[in-house]
Amino acid sequence: MQTMIHRFNPFAGPWGLTRLKAGGARAWRNSLLPMLGILAFLLVWQMVASQVQTSLGNLPGPVATGKQLVALYQEHSAERDKRDAFYARQAERNAQKLAANPQAEVKVRPYTGRDTFFDQILTSLVTVATGFGIAVMIAIPAGILLGLNQTLYQAINPVVQILKPISPLAWLPLVTMVVSAVYVSPDPWLAKSFVISAVTVSLCSLWPTLLNTIVGVASIDPDLQNVSRVLKLAPLTHVRKIVLPSAIPMIFTGLRLSLGVAWMVLIAAEMLAQNPGLGKFVWDEFQNGSSESLARIMVAVVSIGVIGFMLDRGMLALQKWISWDTRSELR
Amino acid sequence: MSKHYLDLSNVGMRFATPSGWFEALVDVNLKIAKGEFISLIGHSGCGKSTVLNLVAGLNDPTSGGIILDGREVAGPGPERSVVFQNHALLPWLSVYENVELAVRQVMKGANKAAVAERVRYYLSLVQMDHALEKKPHEISGGMKQRVGIARALSLSPKVLLMDEPFGALDALTRAHLQDALMEIQAELNNTVIMITHDVDEAVLLSDRIVMMTNGPSATIGEILDITLPRPRNRVALAEDVEYHRLRQRVLSFLYEKHSKVTPLKKPKTEARSAVA
Repeated sequence: MQTMIHRFNPFAGPWGLTRLKAGGARAWRNSLLPMLGILAFLLVWQMVASQVQTSLGNLPGPVATGKQLVALYQEHSAERDKRDAFYARQAERNAQKLAANPQAEVKVRPYTGRDTFFDQILTSLVTVATGFGIAVMIAIPAGILLGLNQTLYQAINPVVQILKPISPLAWLPLVTMVVSAVYVSPDPWLAKSFVISAVTVSLCSLWPTLLNTIVGVASIDPDLQNVSRVLKLAPLTHVRKIVLPSAIPMIFTGLRLSLGVAWMVLIAAEMLAQNPGLGKFVWDEFQNGSSESLARIMVAVVSIGVIGFMLDRGMLALQKWISWDTRSELR
Repeated sequence: MSKHYLDLSNVGMRFATPSGWFEALVDVNLKIAKGEFISLIGHSGCGKSTVLNLVAGLNDPTSGGIILDGREVAGPGPERSVVFQNHALLPWLSVYENVELAVRQVMKGANKAAVAERVRYYLSLVQMDHALEKKPHEISGGMKQRVGIARALSLSPKVLLMDEPFGALDALTRAHLQDALMEIQAELNNTVIMITHDVDEAVLLSDRIVMMTNGPSATIGEILDITLPRPRNRVALAEDVEYHRLRQRVLSFLYEKHSKVTPLKKPKTEARSAVA
């Protein structure tokens, strides 16, 4: 049935004219309409924002936000220049020392400037990747196991259903206490705030991948299962050749949902755990309360949306690259 | 030839349903000789597929037993390979890889060249060696079923089980595949059990036709020996008196002795089926 639906494509007719028209229609649909939508959104945003008065001035519209983005970029460049200058001075000093006395001990000190907005974006990305990575490494194998074993699934499902809806804000105090108690090191390789944020992200983003993997594995075509039985495939071969490829579309649905959850949870976790990422940036600006704060928060809000969107598209691209099913339309 | 290569004795099957036991099969007794081509024919729901699944070992009979080549059937295995009705190829593997997966199961530890040779041999047998790298969705339904047959044959099964292998194909493709199957059968001389709904197909391909009564509690009604000489030619047989007599026997079993009348309630449907 599926192939039938895909074969019936009204744009793929053999008639030249239809094709030409369809080509125009496609360009209209694929690029112009989304651009119109964004434009309309910006207009509404500008109009509404100018009506809203806060104690920190007007709610920033797209223009003020854009200006602040430029300012943040300039701050970032200035900070980079300062860092480069610092390292240049240090290298020069060390070179002089060595020239005077080849046996002299030279020290290379790291630059300890403050994190810029873009540094914080990077921190957020690394944190979300770590948390999401841990979640995936647990969820996919566990999902395969539970999908294959109905008994195990029925035993564990209630626990999963209860853990799934727990808010990251509820986990965070517990995670903070546990990490503080367990992760003690005089010279920590990873910052505690980073570990707390990543673990919270894992705890919350685990579930969509787990549940979708279970469903994907449990709903393999019975004919293919019979093929595996007739061929007497070894359990591992069965998983590798039949189970995983069958479940790939569902696993990716789960991965995309999980990554979305991970990114949302991360911002909240960073605010409370003070992990130096976008969440902390928003929180610090909120506490700062200067005349620019709202616009800077708005930049962060838009960035969070754009990055979240790009993460999802990245996952979709990965799915397209890995998936064997080239016919299905992925959106 | 001994008739005891495959022996089904007093095979019965019942399933647990919410409203008690459902008796699907009772007292199925059938002895099949090596190299024999058997067709199972009967109305839908008469338990033909159940018989096939029992021989395949996908289900265990609730009574009686099945012995193949001196051994009781217990669980599925590659020596009883199955051609599924809708081919059941793995859509993520190419034509070659689909057959290779099967060949590797019966040639454990063999080197790559030997495996490749066997895969190519069986694919050339079904004339699919031109599409080795194609994925199942890139080839037609008839071609998919050819690959399905190659995969089942590549296991060198003691008995080949075919579950309405041509049921989902159009009439011309079906005829092509039947001819191909007869040629392959002449070369390999497999023992085959095939389920079919198609009387002509059964008479054309089989050495014996096993006709089943309607379920529940279905069993074997009649067995018809098809003594038509081989190789058989469908065009020549169209004028053969013996062919028509055999065909007539099966038709009379199915539509006179064990006809399955389902009353057509809606007059509209009746009118349409009358036209068809």
